[in-house]
Amino acid sequence: MSQQSTPASTPTAQLDLAEEFIRRTTPMSVIRGTLHRYPAISPAVVLLVAVIVFGVINGRFLAPANLSLITQQVAVVGTIGVAQTLIILTAGIDLSVGAIMVFASMVMGQVAAVHGVPGWIALGLGLVVGLAAGALNGVLVTRFRLPPFIVTLGTLSIFVALTLLVSNGSTIQGNQMPALLTWTGDTFRVLGVDITYGVVMMVVLYVIFALILSKTAWGRHVYAVGDDVEAARLTGIRVNRLLLSVYVTAGAILALGAWIQIGRSFAASPNAAIDINLDSITAVVIGGTSLFGGRGNIWGTLLGALIVGVFRNGLALAGLDVLFQTLAVGILVIVAVGIDQWIRRVRK
Amino acid sequence: MLNHTATHGRVKRVIAACSVAVVATLGMAACSSSGSSGSNDKVGVALIVKTTSNPYFVSMETAAKAAAATAGVNLTLAAGTKDGDTDTQITAIENSISRGDKGILITPNGPAVNNEIAKARKAGLYVIALDTPPDPANTVDITFATDNFAAGEAIGKWTAAKLDGKKAVIAMVDLSATQSISVDYDRDTGFLTGMGIKVPDKKKNGSEAPTGSYTGATGGNYEIVGHQPSGGAEDGGRTAMETLLSKNSNINVVYAINEPAAYGAYQALKAAGKTSGVLLVAIDGGCTGVGYVKDGILGATSQQYPSKMATLGMAAIVKLAKTGKKATTSTGLNFFNTGSQLITDQAVTGLPSIDTTAGSKICWKN
Repeated sequence: MSQQSTPASTPTAQLDLAEEFIRRTTPMSVIRGTLHRYPAISPAVVLLVAVIVFGVINGRFLAPANLSLITQQVAVVGTIGVAQTLIILTAGIDLSVGAIMVFASMVMGQVAAVHGVPGWIALGLGLVVGLAAGALNGVLVTRFRLPPFIVTLGTLSIFVALTLLVSNGSTIQGNQMPALLTWTGDTFRVLGVDITYGVVMMVVLYVIFALILSKTAWGRHVYAVGDDVEAARLTGIRVNRLLLSVYVTAGAILALGAWIQIGRSFAASPNAAIDINLDSITAVVIGGTSLFGGRGNIWGTLLGALIVGVFRNGLALAGLDVLFQTLAVGILVIVAVGIDQWIRRVRK
Repeated sequence: MLNHTATHGRVKRVIAACSVAVVATLGMAACSSSGSSGSNDKVGVALIVKTTSNPYFVSMETAAKAAAATAGVNLTLAAGTKDGDTDTQITAIENSISRGDKGILITPNGPAVNNEIAKARKAGLYVIALDTPPDPANTVDITFATDNFAAGEAIGKWTAAKLDGKKAVIAMVDLSATQSISVDYDRDTGFLTGMGIKVPDKKKNGSEAPTGSYTGATGGNYEIVGHQPSGGAEDGGRTAMETLLSKNSNINVVYAINEPAAYGAYQALKAAGKTSGVLLVAIDGGCTGVGYVKDGILGATSQQYPSKMATLGMAAIVKLAKTGKKATTSTGLNFFNTGSQLITDQAVTGLPSIDTTAGSKICWKN
């Protein structure tokens, strides 16, 4: 029997037309679909627009030395952001990232300066501290099945206390430590601009984890566990083992962050990086990674960290009161979460 | 059914064990509290600091412990978990009232403790604020603090003298942008006033004209590049200095709220190749800070004496308990000034100062 189009007035035909209308492709739905596939586009666009606007407001913003400065200012948050992204991708959150990083930095500084331990051993000890701290978080989340928010809220206080125990509140100056510990703050010249080794290490870290998250099974499992933990378990993924490995990896990244922090401040200070917990979460959220887990792009976090740095620097150069920097960051976060929620509502 | 009886029996045993434990604990607590209340001829004083993570407050505790031992005072120490934690301080005040202390020495973490302080005073305790006068000042019986404005003036006068008529391109590295804190605006406006710059509103950072002339020493022109917050720590100081250098690379005067922020600012100056020809000043005078002056990182610093605040405060409470006489404020101020001294190895005529060797003998440990 040949296909005949039914007249528009019959009930089935009206249903067809209605469905067609709902499924229509509008420019908005095309944008939404693209952002769903490549969530890093929106922060990239925001960053580009911000750089252009701030450059127009004050020409000094675009000076290569200033741009290099911005990368140095976000190097520590950017590194911590990798750890935070991994954990948030598993639908968790880590409030103790700053405390672990500062604890590791004080251990490294103390053993090197006070006990005369050589630089590379001090770094090794810092790494061990980071791994152990990450393992503590991981064990509490997986073995004892406590929510990551609560666990890391508790370990945050534990590591702050341990930091005080180790440091007694004193700062260790850069010239009391071996040169290796402050190496991340040293610069080299490229095309007339000074770049620190710390910034380079951060970028290399991002490249490594971008590859791991997209090309390795472990990386895909991280997304799977964050998206739907039961479905992941049913496909044979050892969820507890994976979560533990995520927290331990995060701990190692935090130790690296501690090294970069020492280079940046040219000191190991127990009062460093005061707001870095929230700053790292801000960078992850602005970067388009969903706080509900399972979706996001590691490069988004770097873009998020850069956006915050660009706004802070640009608004300061524009001569605006520092209050506007705080306001801008708050607005960026809300807009980013709003876009994330909107993207999530994509229909196939 | 057998299961039910077995579980029921177990539950009973658990409840019995718990009750015994509770009774035992209460009994021990009762015993220990009756033990300590036996020594009620000693004056009880509570020292409640902001946080023990800051060596500044630790030095207050150390001085207080030593003074309590010699004066035969029953000293109880308490602290917030971090700067800004008022809840722990409120609990500590309540404990002090129930303990029957004669007085409280407190560095308030915020105005939220004012209500509890009022209750303590109503209960007959003498409350002394240390380091920061609360707002309003009569929330406590008296405050023992550094005159932060005068401390700022001293380094301002020193800077003007060292400039010797040159144009001052000034970077102000402050404490906070989100809160109006007295130590922040007192030191900032004090420094500017010491330089001879007109400050219309001394209770706020940034009310001065961005350009003009300063009258300190020989006098000259000035330009203020900006105020940036540092959080009082090294990394914040560095970021603040970098931002200000990006705005104007000809900065030759840097004021920092404290020595850690100044250290961070110095790192930024070093990275920009601008360490010579820049006058960097700060306030606090901790042993590390005096070391910075000695090493040439800082040009001068104003030293303050937290241990004096604790010991003089404790002496005032003991005096009140024994003689009924209350302490009085310093002339012209609404608090008792524990003083500050200018520490520098480059003394200028007409401005009293001590050098770093003398300064390192009386500095507070950090």
